[in-house]
Amino acid sequence: MRAEARIVAAGDGRGGTRLAVLRGESPLLLRRTGRPADGWATVHLVGGAAGPLRGDELRLDIEVGPGARLEMRSVAASLALPGRPAPPSRLTITATVAGGGVLHWLPEPLIAADGCDHIAVTRVDVGEGGRLLWRDDLVCGRHEEPSGSVRQDTMIRYGGFTLYRHELAVGPGAPGWDGAAVLGGRAVGTLVAVGVGLPAGPAGPDAAVMPLAGPGMLATAVGADIRTVAGALDPLCEQPTLAPAV
Amino acid sequence: MSLASLLLLADGRLPSGGHAHSGGLEPQIANGRVRNVDGLAGFLRGKLATTGLVSAAFAAAACADVTRSAELDGGLDARTPSPALRKASRAQGRALLRAGRAMWSLPPIGREPHQPVALGVLAAAAGLTPADASIAAAHGLVTGSASAGVRLLGLDPYAVHALLARLAPECDRIAAAAAARAGDPVDDLPAAGAPLLDIGAEHHATWEVRLFAS
Repeated sequence: MRAEARIVAAGDGRGGTRLAVLRGESPLLLRRTGRPADGWATVHLVGGAAGPLRGDELRLDIEVGPGARLEMRSVAASLALPGRPAPPSRLTITATVAGGGVLHWLPEPLIAADGCDHIAVTRVDVGEGGRLLWRDDLVCGRHEEPSGSVRQDTMIRYGGFTLYRHELAVGPGAPGWDGAAVLGGRAVGTLVAVGVGLPAGPAGPDAAVMPLAGPGMLATAVGADIRTVAGALDPLCEQPTLAPAV
Repeated sequence: MSLASLLLLADGRLPSGGHAHSGGLEPQIANGRVRNVDGLAGFLRGKLATTGLVSAAFAAAACADVTRSAELDGGLDARTPSPALRKASRAQGRALLRAGRAMWSLPPIGREPHQPVALGVLAAAAGLTPADASIAAAHGLVTGSASAGVRLLGLDPYAVHALLARLAPECDRIAAAAAARAGDPVDDLPAAGAPLLDIGAEHHATWEVRLFAS
């Protein structure tokens, strides 16, 4: 299955956010949710079909203009599944955030079901003065099953230079992924914050909030299950500093 | 290339301060994730496939073109979210440069580059190839943590060296894959991360008493 979805959020010039483009197709359906509040637009990603399944080629493009504030969430976890023998499924997300724009990407976790083969490519470009919260949670296998293969390939740039470059591979073919250097458990979550202060330091036994070399922060948590990860990262997504800017 | 120069560069007795670092093992022993040789094996396999691949690729890239050192250094910053690990890598880079300057004639690069960049620059100065730099990086990474494991857990040194021998083919494979990408643009070089190493390093940096610097 091939599918593309695209969102363009623009400032409406009165402190609000207008969705100039909101277009999706199954399985990437987009729904504007809630009422416009405090200048924010909230969009939920709704899985319109099972998967991603092997062979799927999915693409989501997000553009946040100056003065626009967009929060993206998803209604449920996404479940990468094996499907028929085919090349890996791939979801490519690109996002640009202009100076004065704010993007929160706070979806539910991705679950790597046994036998899946999935690649998630994320490319985010934040202009100087733009703000970003980018969350990715991954659960390696459903309850008591081995993990499928997932590769995450993430690059976040700020003001034209690379702020955060990260790849993570789990499942068969990723040596030592569940050992004591990489995950040591079956769930991991990351939250990259740009233009948003988070309290740096250890954040529980298996989590830390770290100032990046450039202007941004990363919170990372690992755990035996996603509850531990959510326990460490959820509160950071609800910081008072994240209240909509005036 | 000179095989003897490569052996010098890869020798654990090179006075570059490597013995002061456990490569992230000490915190994982403290939290109980590594208790024996099997736990060490899982740790080393994951480390080799992540930081090992990245270090080897950046060492090879710096060796192939030392004028890219500054750009490569920035690339490692973007791949090292933990401030404690950035600090440890730069401290080891500085110590390595000091040893290297005594041994060969090094081109001017920053005072405190990340360790893989320094290693690549030393390799180039010694007349070695990017593939040599890459195997020295991968080998140094696993042997450094392994010897820290012997000291921290009192593991049987024979069993640990048997493990290192089993990991040697994997070490070769990772180094070859890394060297093949030495000419790639910095954003395209390997970026495999290890979340537990980052988290462990941040916790470790807050301890009042520790055996290793990182």
